[in-house]
Formats: sequence, C-alpha cells, structure tokens
Amino acid sequence: MYDMKALYEAESVQHAIQLRLEHPEAQIIAGGSDVLVQMREGKRAGKELISIYMIDAMRGVSIDEDENIRIGSLTSFSHITRDPIIQKYINVLGEAVDQVGSPQIRNIGTIGGNTCNGVTSADSASTLHAWEAIVELTGVNGVRRLPIKDFYIKAGVVDIRADEGEIQTAILIPKVSYENTFGHYIKYGMRNAMEIASLGCSVNVRLSDDKQTIDRCRIAYGVAGPVPMRAPSAEAVANGSALTEDMVNEFSLAVLSDINPRDSWRASKAFRQHIAVEMAKRALIESIHRAGGEIK
Amino acid sequence: MSQYKVVHCNINGKDVERMVDVRASLTDMLRNEYHLTSVKKGCEVGECGACNVLINGEAFNSCIYLAVWAEGKTILTLEGLEGPNGELSDIQQAFIDETAIQCGFCTPGFIMTAAEILNSGKEYSDEELRKLLSGHLCRCTGYENIFRAVKKTMLKRLEAAKA
Amino acid sequence: MIVGQREPRVDGYDKATGRTKYYEDRMPANALYVRIKHAEKAHAIVRSIDISAAAAIPGVVKVLTCFDVPNLPFATAGHPWSMDPGHRDTADRLLLNRHVRYWGDDVAVVIAENEVAANQGVRALKVDYEELPFVLDAQEAMKDGAPQLHDGFPNNILKHTQNIKGDYQEAIKEPGLIKVEGWYDTPTVQHAHIENFGCFAYMENGRIVVVASTQIPHIIRRIVAQAVGRPWGDIEIIKPYIGGGFGNKQDALYEPLCAWCTTQVGGRPVRIDCSREETFVSNRVRHAIRYHIISWVRKDGTIAARKVDLYSNQGAYASHGHSIAAKGLNAIPQKYPCPAYEGNAWTVYTNRPAAGAMRGYGMPQANYADEANIDDCAKAVGIDPWEFRKLNIMPKGFHDPFSGNTNYYDTYRECMAKGAEIMDYERKRKEYGHDTGNIRRGIGLATFWYNTAVYPISLETSSNRMQLNLDGTVTMQCGETEIGQGADTAYAQMTAEAIGLKSYKDVHVISCQDTDITPTGTGAYASRQTYVAGFSIRQTADLLKEKILKRAQSLTRQMPYNMDIVDGNIIRREDKMVLMSLQELAMTAQYDTVNSEHITAESTYTIRNNAYSFGCTFAEVEVDIAMCKAQVTRILNVHDCGKLINPALAEAQVHGGQSMAIGYGLSEQLIFDEKTGKPLNNNLLDYKLSTFMDHPRLEAAFIENPEPTSPFGTKSLGEPPACSPAPAIRNAILHATGVAIDRLPINPHVLFAELSKAGLIHDSWLDKEEK
Repeated sequence: MYDMKALYEAESVQHAIQLRLEHPEAQIIAGGSDVLVQMREGKRAGKELISIYMIDAMRGVSIDEDENIRIGSLTSFSHITRDPIIQKYINVLGEAVDQVGSPQIRNIGTIGGNTCNGVTSADSASTLHAWEAIVELTGVNGVRRLPIKDFYIKAGVVDIRADEGEIQTAILIPKVSYENTFGHYIKYGMRNAMEIASLGCSVNVRLSDDKQTIDRCRIAYGVAGPVPMRAPSAEAVANGSALTEDMVNEFSLAVLSDINPRDSWRASKAFRQHIAVEMAKRALIESIHRAGGEIK
Repeated sequence: MSQYKVVHCNINGKDVERMVDVRASLTDMLRNEYHLTSVKKGCEVGECGACNVLINGEAFNSCIYLAVWAEGKTILTLEGLEGPNGELSDIQQAFIDETAIQCGFCTPGFIMTAAEILNSGKEYSDEELRKLLSGHLCRCTGYENIFRAVKKTMLKRLEAAKA
Repeated sequence: MIVGQREPRVDGYDKATGRTKYYEDRMPANALYVRIKHAEKAHAIVRSIDISAAAAIPGVVKVLTCFDVPNLPFATAGHPWSMDPGHRDTADRLLLNRHVRYWGDDVAVVIAENEVAANQGVRALKVDYEELPFVLDAQEAMKDGAPQLHDGFPNNILKHTQNIKGDYQEAIKEPGLIKVEGWYDTPTVQHAHIENFGCFAYMENGRIVVVASTQIPHIIRRIVAQAVGRPWGDIEIIKPYIGGGFGNKQDALYEPLCAWCTTQVGGRPVRIDCSREETFVSNRVRHAIRYHIISWVRKDGTIAARKVDLYSNQGAYASHGHSIAAKGLNAIPQKYPCPAYEGNAWTVYTNRPAAGAMRGYGMPQANYADEANIDDCAKAVGIDPWEFRKLNIMPKGFHDPFSGNTNYYDTYRECMAKGAEIMDYERKRKEYGHDTGNIRRGIGLATFWYNTAVYPISLETSSNRMQLNLDGTVTMQCGETEIGQGADTAYAQMTAEAIGLKSYKDVHVISCQDTDITPTGTGAYASRQTYVAGFSIRQTADLLKEKILKRAQSLTRQMPYNMDIVDGNIIRREDKMVLMSLQELAMTAQYDTVNSEHITAESTYTIRNNAYSFGCTFAEVEVDIAMCKAQVTRILNVHDCGKLINPALAEAQVHGGQSMAIGYGLSEQLIFDEKTGKPLNNNLLDYKLSTFMDHPRLEAAFIENPEPTSPFGTKSLGEPPACSPAPAIRNAILHATGVAIDRLPINPHVLFAELSKAGLIHDSWLDKEEK
C-alpha cells in the first residue's frame, strides 16, 4: 500500500492537462517504475499523483507527415524494441531500451518516463541525444517542441512547464537524423542484467556513398555528466574522416575533452574515463560495420 | 481521507470487480482481495520478480503496478495456469521434473515469465532465453535447472506444433 | 533402493502451483503492523525520542522505544544451548537499543492498524542522538583509542584464539625456503534469500505464539523466552515453509521483538515484515575477514611452515561471533598440513551490521585466502597449481584429534583428478595463459575443506517421530527443517528405505515445525540435516519396525526375526512370502477391540560424530582487459559428500552454492559510506547478486565414497558448494592475466585498479595530468 495522498486518473491528454492545472503539487506518474519506488522510499510519500498510464492514445510508434518517427511517450520499452518502424529505421534505439532493467521493467517502463525524470543514466537518453530527438510537450497553450538537449536542464530537472499544464506526449526522431544512419549502443554495467548504467554510450554514423569516409557522426553518453550529453570534439574528429584505425583512436580519446564524469561510490572518475574511451571506440567500430564500412 | 475505486478486470479467466483502495499495488489487490498468494513480495520495488504476473499476456512486476490500472485488463497469476482439477501445465511439470524448484519463493514469478515466453510460440537461442528470464532473482538454484525446464518445454511445444 | 534415486521433491506440486504457505500467507487478517525505527547514525547514544507526532497519526496504536524495553540482554546466535555457562554465546543486545552501534540499529517501533500509518509513524519519530566516533574496519577497531562498542571487550576484541603446531620460528630457519606472503580481503555480503525475513506473533491462552520465517524453531523458542523474560514453555514457535535462509535465519532476528510487541498490545496479533533494505542491513551479514598468510615453500614444492593471522569483522553485535573465524583458523592447517603452523584469529566488534552465519560459515573467506596463497606458492616455485595441491593436500588417513574426523579415502586427489578430466585441465592450462590480446583466457582451481554438523563444539541431537498410518503409509516429523534445500524429500527417501516401504511417496513428512508438537531438533544449519537426521531416522525406523513386527508376530505366529518389511509388506525372510501388508497390519492393530494399538515410535539420537566433506572447483574465465571485466565461461564443482540420497537434489544444491560463490567472487559487496557508516547499496539493484545472465552453465560431479559414520553413508553438501568457486575464479584470472588479485569481489573497479597497477591497462592521458 503506497503512502499516497490522492490519485487523479487522466483519461485523455486534455484531461491530464486540466488535472495538472488543478493540482499543481501533484506528481505525474506514467509507468510508475520510478515514481512508485520513490514514494515507497519516503521521498515522495504523502504526495498526490496524476496517473496518465491509462491514456492509450499516447502509446505507439508511427511516421508522421514530415517523415519523422513519432514515439508516443507512454510506449513501453519492450514495445519500442519490437516495433517494426523502430527496427527498420533506428534499431539502435530498440537495442538500447532493450537493456533497461529487466524484461518486466521494460514492459512497464515508458520512454516518456525515462526522459522526464531527467536522470543521466537512462538507457534511452544517450541514444535520443545521439539521434537529435525532439521532445513534444502538450499544455494548455498547445504543443511545444524542443531538441532533447534543451529538454534536460540539470540532474533530475527537465523543461516541462507545470504551470502551463504540460505533459510530454511524444518523442520524435527527425528524418534528417535517422535516414541512412547506423548506430550502436553500449551499456556498461556491473552485471549483465538488471543494471543501472555505470556509463552508456551511443554512436551513429552516416557514411559517404562509397563508404570510405564518415559524412556525419554523432556520439552521446549517459552518466558522463549530470545529464546525458553529446561529445562534440569526438564528433569533429570523425566527421569527414576516412575509416582508419588512427581516426578511431583519436575519436575515442577526444571524448575526454567533452565528458565530465564524477567520482561516486558507484564508480570513480578515472574508471569512467577509461571505460568511456573504450566504449567510444567499440561503438564507433560497430556503427561503421553496420553502415557497411570497413576500417583500414 | 481514503479514496476507493471499483476495479473491473478478468483474473485467471473470470470477470471480477472489487472496491479497491487507490493506494494499493496490484500485488496488494491480488493477495489481499483475491487471496492469490502465489504472488510473492521480495523487494516491492520491481527488482526481484517474485510478484510477477501476466497482464494482457505480458509480464509485469505487480508490486509497482497500481491496482487501479488493472481496470479492463486480463490478468493471469500462477493459480490460473493449472487446470480445473489441479492439472499441471507443461511448464509447471517441467519445473518439478528438472528440479528447478528449491525454496519455491521465486518459482511463481519465474513460471509466469516462462509462460509468456512459451506463449510466443517462438524458438529462442540459449542466450535469448537467459535474457528473457533475467528479470527474476533466485538464490537457491543458480538458475541452471530453471533454464533447463524452460528450454525443454519450449522444444517440446515446438515439436508438438510441427507434428 | 529408494535412497540414491533421482526423485522429484515432495513439495514440488505445491510450490509449482504457488499453494505453499509461507509466513505471510498465514497472516491473521487483523494483525497490527510493527515497523521499526532504525538509527541513522553509525554510533551514538539515544538521548531521547519524541513520539508525540507519531502517536498522533490516525491508525497508530502504540509507540515503543528503547526506553521501554526490559533490561534483559540476550544472545541471538542459532546455537544449541549449553549447560556450561562458559560455552554460551555473548548476550549483548536488547530488544531496542539506546546505545546505537551501527547505522540501522533498532531504536523504536510503531505499531499501527495499517502499513501506511506505521511507516508514517516511523518517519515522524524524532530521535535525539549523542553522536560517537565510529569504526568500520576490524584492524582499526583493535587499535588503542578506537571507539569502543561494548563494555568488557577491550580493543573491541570479542575473542582471540590461537592454533599452534610445531615450532614456526624454528621451521622458517630451514635454508632455501621461499617466502610467499599475502593479505587477502573478503567483503561484507548478505544472504539475499528472496523471501525477506518476517514473522507474526499473538497470544493464546496466556502464551506467546510466533510464526516465523526461521531455520531454527526450537532454538528460537529458547531465545524468545530469554529476551522477553518468560518461561520457555510459554513460547510456541511455528515454522512454515520459508523462502530461503542461507544462515541469516539461523539467528534470532525479530522474533523476540515481535513476541514482546504482542504482549504490549494485549496479545493482539502483530506482524514484522522486513523490507529488502532492512534485510540487507538489520538482519545478519557474512563476516568480512582479512587474512594475512605467510607460507614458506621448499624448492621441491612442499610447504615447510605457515603463519596465518585473520581479522574477522563482527559488526555491532556478537551473533555467531568467533565460531566463524575459528573455523577458518583451524581448517587451514588440516587441508594443507605442514610441520609448523602458527595461527591467530581475532573477532572484532565494529560499527557495521552484525555478522552471523552464512552458507559456508567462514570457509568461503578462509578458502579464498588459503587457495589464493596456495596458487601464489605454486607460481613462486614454478609448479602447476594442480600438481602443487596434489603434493601438499591432506592425505588419505589424516586424522583430526579434536573432531575425531578421519580422511578415510584419498578424496581430494580423486575429486581433483575427476575435475581435471572433465574440464580438460591439462590441455587448457597449457593452451591458455599466453593470450596477449584484449581477451585473455585462464583456468584455475581451488579445493575446499568442510565438515558436517557441529560436534564436538556443540550438542548434536536429532529427534524423530514416526506414525504408521492406517493405509500403511508413515507420517514422520523432526526438528530438522526444510528451508528449500530439499531436506523433506531426503527424509522421505531415508525413512521409506529404513522401514521398508515401497516408495518415498509412502512417507508423509510434516514439513511445518511447531515447537509444541514437533520432537526437539535444533534446525537447519552446519550442513547437518541429512547426516544428523539420518541417525534418528534410522533409529526411529528400527523402533517402529520392531513394534510392527511384534504386532505381526501376534497376527502371524512368526517370530519377529524371521520377518522383514519389504515394499510395504510383512514378509517371511526365508522364502520372501508376503504375510500381510502394512495396511492390513495397521488396520487390524488399530481396530482390535481387545488390544487396540496406534503404532508409533519416537526417539532421540545424540550424535557424537562429525564427517569431513571435501571437494574442489575448476573455473574458466575470459578477461576483457580494456573493459575490466572477468566472465566465468565454465565452472565445475566436484564433491565427495558420501553417498547421494537424491542425485537430482544434490546437483541442485551445488548449483545454488556455485551461484552464490560466483557473486562472492565477482560482484557482491555491501558498501558503507566511510564518512557516515551508512550502507549505500542495500537493495537488489545496487547490490550485485548474480542474474540469469551472469552465469555459464553450472556443472556438478561427485565422488561417492560412503561415509562410514553415517547410517546412510552420507555427509554434508548444503554449504560446501559455496566454498571454493571464488578462489578458483581468482586463480583462473591469475592464469589468464598473470595478475594475482587479493581482494573480493573482483569487480570492474578492482580489475581496473589491479590491471592498471600491473601495466596491462595504460591510460596515457593520466600521465599528462600528472605532469
């Protein structure tokens, strides 16, 4: 039995917005795999909740009129992984969220919840950064869209305007990001399942037509800083470069100029830096292979 | 002030409804309102898998699932796997035959995930099976015999489907 | 033959259908919730507790604090009582404690009508502490001036013992000896059975009944009585099925507190359900032990002398205390006997959670240190580790005068030979160990020493009751408990065999112990169940058989010694002719209108034996150097636990022990904040229990040398499988990388540090930073 002051159940997006305005103190709960755990811990005990879990309209993956991939915020991780659109265009996202927690957590956990709680370790977050995802928020003033990097403000805080009744309704992957692009996500954990990432690294590349050079490379990390982040120095090394071992090494070392992991009891800074470099290397190599390139 | 709601759902093949405290987890509802005590509590935060049940055919840790979300859903617990006269399903029998049970506390949750895996009708590699079963912790068996039980049942069903 | 067969568990159907009742499934609907306020200080004195806000919460029935409890210090270890006051466990805690000795100590309880109110009540308590300095490390705690935890234990030393053999100082003067020295560190880990500890208590006719998830109901009765200050007969303990114990539940956890709480609310039912977080911190943990071993090895590979010092981190309360450290201290010179041994063991109080019994009882620590050092010795003299062990391991005929144990067979060498063959050790030892790339393979081995039951340190007793049912089946009960390991099934097989029933299914084992009903037994621990119960099963079966045959004599006019019971029938020995079935005999005896008899037998057997149980582990690993990860790719345990009662269950026991030990070797560790003493990872996400994806296939093999002291030729298997995998993995990593890692768990952090130190990892950017 949860120590909950009240539960408000939203039946539609509009209803959720209305409830939010009516109960500004209330916490939104999607799948609940984080909110309920915190409530039990006592952190959110005695709080009101607005449940949006039953809004089926916020589930599912589609391609919109601009050919963006649109993922409803309540789509569960397992449904993302199994979705044919995801598998066809951005399989790496399906692979990344297939490493969240456990199979049962992947059935309850939602991509909206994973991003809205603003944690750096979210398995979806680094891949969404690397694919320059767009976050869609719906509030009393209508729809607002912003790049995912701007959505994250600081650890645990994202740009949702509660006073405008906003909830996150979808995540979009622009065509320009996914078209002809191949990627790989590596999660570093202390065991092989049921893990929170010690570090997550997502890389994707678009190769030239002759598959000799990288036209565009994106790399992003989780847990390399307070919020998920891109590694622009590394990207700059790869962009326009030939597929050589030296480039891969230079690329992976360059991430050190961008990332800012911290010392904690979960892992030391030195360890995270070491792993970050190795992960960048491995993720880039695999991405190039998936794109049909060969490293010389 | 307490807040209650009538929750209608189908549990183990039967349409049911019950007035439920909105603060209840699905574990609370299944154990306390429906006396389905195969649903076990091992951590209450979705890490151990002991409270796992199938909701619309998918495995969920019922401890971190609000009871009110069960509205309109089809829920299957281990009690729903056996036949009307207590006949065991193939996967339950396999757990017994392969010595996949020791203290028995993780068993119901494991069997329900196995049921989801087997209901897919797919053939999985050893590696895939391990991953699909990885949402349950067991301290007695080292997972070895559980793996054998699930794999054996999967192969048997695939064989039967071919015939 | 019924013994020795791969039979399905007697409780399999109920467990496969979820019907099995654990304590919470028997909960009275009106039970009040007791929730415990755990101190949020590692060391402090409670000045006062303001309960006003908590007491005002609707639904809160009562708040009780450390100022309310009886001043009756009690000991919690699940050891048999001793009539010798000098041989009793240290009574060093109260039901709730004003002197807080670890982060998580119990200072108050809130009793409420519902869970939410109880939890709110606990959060609303305001505790005023006088903070004291704290110490987490055993050796630090021994220093002069260290914070003191308990009166009467200077330098926090709970106990110190020595084991001296030969003259160490003289022996090391031998010319040409090679000194191999190491410090070997093991972590605090927890049992993490999937069912947390819980219990409920109520009063019935003025007595206290406690239903508890425990391994040791009869011992708990005594401890509850002592803690609440009532006659032992006032207490009834009921033990239903339990969801694992592994030693944590071989201790009085919250049964005494629960029993006291019901007396404070007029005997109404009260429940204590530990959360997972509480189970990790406020139950028991495994002792973190630091070993310092110096071995002096001759060039021919024999060991001339060894010095072993060990520091066992007891945590805040004595619990099982020095027994764990002493076991390691005394096992090492038995397993690798050498002419001179000088050993010291200290058990030291610190401000960590109390350490108690855990599967292996000190041997996973001792074996890790010992087997790591032995591999280091082999390396130092350039001999293959298997050869080195063959040269030095306990020989056939070795006799330990203290326990009376004899190594009747050449068990160790047989086990190692079998393991080496199955694993193709010799080939792999040559082939692996030379990898130069990022992935490096290695194979290693380790042996373990174990014994069976607690004789002669403590009482060993087993009682048993058998009843011939009217259908010719037999109902059996004893105090040795089913805790998941399959004891009931083994008992059914042994009982059926001893009486002469057709099948083990003709035996109904009463699984649930109730101290008002069940013959006294001390419970599940020390890998004693099958061995110890075997004596009373054999003895009681003989008594029952005698009664049956005596009755048969009056019905058949045959002399008892001319008859036997085979397949559930009374037969004439000479021609095997079936005289009557047990059913016919039982019915005729029961419904005899002149001389009715309900045929039962009960007896107690005092066991004055112990039995060695030995074996080894072989492990193969792959180390990903750059990723700092070691993966076990294959693991095999070989055990000589005597004759197997049920090979299927025996294999399953081995798997479970291996799994626990893989976690011990590679990932598990309870971490404490150095600044506050607060536990940081007391949940199943951050405490890295092995998952389904962290194991290779688990393999078990057996050498079945019958144990001469056992009526069924059997000996311990419950704990031994957890004793040798961790050092085997450590030694395989040494083979793969050349790096000897002397602390557990060998997780990526440790690998990063150790591989960096060894130069296998070189982060060039760190050089720049240093400049």
